[in-house]
Amino acid sequence: MTSAVTLPPPATPAPTPLSARAVAAIPEILFWIYVLAFFVYLFAPLVVMSAAAFNTSRFPTVTPWLGTTTDWFAQMADDAAMWRALWTSALVALGVVAIAVPVGTAAALVLTSLHARARSVLYALMVSPLLTPGVVIGIATLVLWRQIGVGGGLLLIVLAQASFISAYVMLMVAARLQRFDRTLEEAALGLGATKLMVFRRVLLPFLKPALLAAALLATLQSVENYNTTLFVRGFETPLTVYIATKVRTGLTPAVNALALVMIAITIAGALAWEIARRLEARRGAATAGS
Amino acid sequence: MGALTARFGAGLTGFFVLLVGFWLAGLVLAPNLMMIDFALRPNLLPADVGGPLDVYSLDNLAYLANEPVHRDIFLKTVWASALVMLATFVVCYPLAYWLAQTASPSAASLVMLALIIPFWINEVLRTLAWYILFAFRGPLNALLLNLGILDEPMRWYGDGGVLVGMVYAYILFMLFPIYNSIESLEKAQVEAARDLGASTWRIHTRIVIPHAKAGIATGCVFTFMLAAGSYVAPALLGAPGSRWFTQIIYNWFFEGGDWNRGAAYALVLLVLCLAVVLLTLRLFRVSLTDVAK
Amino acid sequence: MSHSVALERITMAFGATKAVDDVSFTVEPGEFFSILGPSGCGKTTILRMVAGFLAPSMGRVLIGDRDMGGLGPNQRPTAMIFQSLALFPLMPVWENIAFGLEARGVPKAERRRRAEELLELIALPGYGDRKIAELSGGQKQRVAIARALAVEPQVLLLDEPLSALDLKLRQHMRAELRAIQKRTGVTFLYITHDQSEALAMSDRVAVMSAGVLQQVAAPRTLYEDPATPFVARFVGETNAIAGRVAHVADGIAALDTAHGRLSARAGAGVEQGCPATLYVRPEALGIAAADAPSALGARVERLDFEGAFGLLHAVAADGAPVLAALPSTALGAAPAPGEDVRFAFAPRDAVALGTAPGEA
Repeated sequence: MTSAVTLPPPATPAPTPLSARAVAAIPEILFWIYVLAFFVYLFAPLVVMSAAAFNTSRFPTVTPWLGTTTDWFAQMADDAAMWRALWTSALVALGVVAIAVPVGTAAALVLTSLHARARSVLYALMVSPLLTPGVVIGIATLVLWRQIGVGGGLLLIVLAQASFISAYVMLMVAARLQRFDRTLEEAALGLGATKLMVFRRVLLPFLKPALLAAALLATLQSVENYNTTLFVRGFETPLTVYIATKVRTGLTPAVNALALVMIAITIAGALAWEIARRLEARRGAATAGS
Repeated sequence: MGALTARFGAGLTGFFVLLVGFWLAGLVLAPNLMMIDFALRPNLLPADVGGPLDVYSLDNLAYLANEPVHRDIFLKTVWASALVMLATFVVCYPLAYWLAQTASPSAASLVMLALIIPFWINEVLRTLAWYILFAFRGPLNALLLNLGILDEPMRWYGDGGVLVGMVYAYILFMLFPIYNSIESLEKAQVEAARDLGASTWRIHTRIVIPHAKAGIATGCVFTFMLAAGSYVAPALLGAPGSRWFTQIIYNWFFEGGDWNRGAAYALVLLVLCLAVVLLTLRLFRVSLTDVAK
Repeated sequence: MSHSVALERITMAFGATKAVDDVSFTVEPGEFFSILGPSGCGKTTILRMVAGFLAPSMGRVLIGDRDMGGLGPNQRPTAMIFQSLALFPLMPVWENIAFGLEARGVPKAERRRRAEELLELIALPGYGDRKIAELSGGQKQRVAIARALAVEPQVLLLDEPLSALDLKLRQHMRAELRAIQKRTGVTFLYITHDQSEALAMSDRVAVMSAGVLQQVAAPRTLYEDPATPFVARFVGETNAIAGRVAHVADGIAALDTAHGRLSARAGAGVEQGCPATLYVRPEALGIAAADAPSALGARVERLDFEGAFGLLHAVAADGAPVLAALPSTALGAAPAPGEDVRFAFAPRDAVALGTAPGEA
């Protein structure tokens, strides 16, 4: 053998000195400092914003702490404009769900039934609203409808939001459809069911969890949307617009009280969602194992 | 089409196609085409619409190119959005890697839950939180003064504030795609690379990042698009000197009263974002199907 | 009604390849009819054409003498049991069973009553409100059968429904399927690649290879009297010995082979002077007496003891493997590995088939 490769002699195992171990731990320590900083970054603003709802200071802050109060919650509850904004958001969300869930579902079904080439073109068109800035969607909707004499308002908010929220629904339904066993449809047909009955009794029940999840996501997306809504709102003031306007017209901790309520609701929602998801996953694992 | 009717029958197929057609033609294509039409026409008095002055031209686009303030704001929006994208990537990548590869399952699921909560809170509130934190007499200045880091309060509103607020707002659009793509990397690959003597840097540049490129591309595309199209963060956290392109567009529509010029600016923003999407996909050699998941 | 199912010159082409090539056969009412063949032979395609999921490129499918052309799967008097069973996971057991009745607009109370009757038939009374996921493999199997029987089909189509079960359950379900078929009198059209399944359950079996129908016959006929070399090799174990026909007399052909002159029943394509192959089953071979006039010589490689039988693996001088199944009682006289052995067989227990040009 004339191989030129020479391996270094095996290191003799010796007890690692303390200083060397400390040096080896540095990346680890740095990493945990980074994780800590990450979560401080993530939560500090939310904690400060929530805490400010209890400070008597007229401007929402925690420094200086002028005294603890729950008056801001009462003020928030008395704010008729806030309730009107909430009502507007609810109407919009209802309209968006009513359009986006059927449209997104139909899109997913059309997409999965098509052949590869037609599918990729259609798919690109369907996800394009997700890659379009929200302000552009709002503007495009606004200028189209002005041509036929319809100005900004509830209708345009719903249509503009539905144009991209339908894409989210499509993706969620398509993900679930991928796990659908098409022989179930054949089995139902073979037993004499009409195509309509196959859809109603076999496919739709299978899609139900995804449809509920999509409806929930569509509601959240709709309520929290700002960029698109801003351009098509006309004289309507949904909740996000209301909050943003408050910053200019006089921010008080009543807005923080509202924020805290919304945070509490979303955390409860997120937890419920997570728990449901995990239960579902566990049930799936259990049936797969039997 | 044949496959559709074979599966759902003529009635249901017709219904589905109608819904999809309404969406794609009525809510996606028509508005964008009308926006292009608007962008290429001059802003006229109602009496002149359809008259000899109503001709297509590139005047509105040329206006943007020749108006130095607007042009500078546009260019700043482009590179600042790229900076937001890069900063978000740097902030997210280590955590995504840790979550996907080294964290124990219970730790990972706890951290995921902690991450999801701010994600569910809307962008306006998240930005408002920074607005409060950054106030001149606000908590951040108070803390830094108390610690003796600052001698007098700082003005945080402006470019820095916008950057911090945007990274905050879009963290999860970057984190989750990267996490998902790293999670599918077999753990043994990293171990094998380490076993063969690769440094940590090399493991990431040669093994992990190439594997996760679809997720990284997705995160980058979304973060850039959201940053360039952002309105809340610059509006709340910005200063007069840190205006964002979206604010100029807004002014054309609701203060300047020139919708045509506004539409032209919006068209430029749209083209910019689509170009970045296509460029990123080409650069990472990823198809669109891998992106939106 | 003369036939339950009739296929008339069915061809199914996918592009340039013919998955089914000019196949005709008939199935009689109340018959348990199997289509047997390796995967990719076209049997599933035939079943799906009978069910109505596919339309043949050429030819017709008749059920009860009625042309099924243009009728969808939901308009045919058939019901199918899928390989995956395809039970509806989100419906309880009884709704699964009554699904076909629901499709026919039967009122709910009646549906429930029929479902309970069928649950009795499949020996799962009281299981109506269970979820599908709570059932065992065998129970799911029976629910799938009940669901198909509920619509009182003229023909029940079964697509390898037992292939997912373990061996023991599979053997049990064979007997049960057969019993249900006898009790209900429904025509069963069963496809499988498992020959012991087809032979054990069927009244008649159609053997297919590469889209071409090879033989339709009762199981014993297939085994004892294969019509084509494919059937001879595919159904059961066999020893194939190539040769040339020396002469044919009284239905017995004499072949000149590497082992000398051997005799067998003359099958299809056997004519004097033609190349032919002799097929003889392992259990037809015995140890030859020392003075036997003609015999198969080979060297023993090993003996696998299997209880009632011992399988003697040997290799002939030309390298061809020879397999003999000797009853355990005869194993005392069996030669040890490495020794030479001579096997003899009765000409009536072997069959000679003409070798088509190009076939080995």
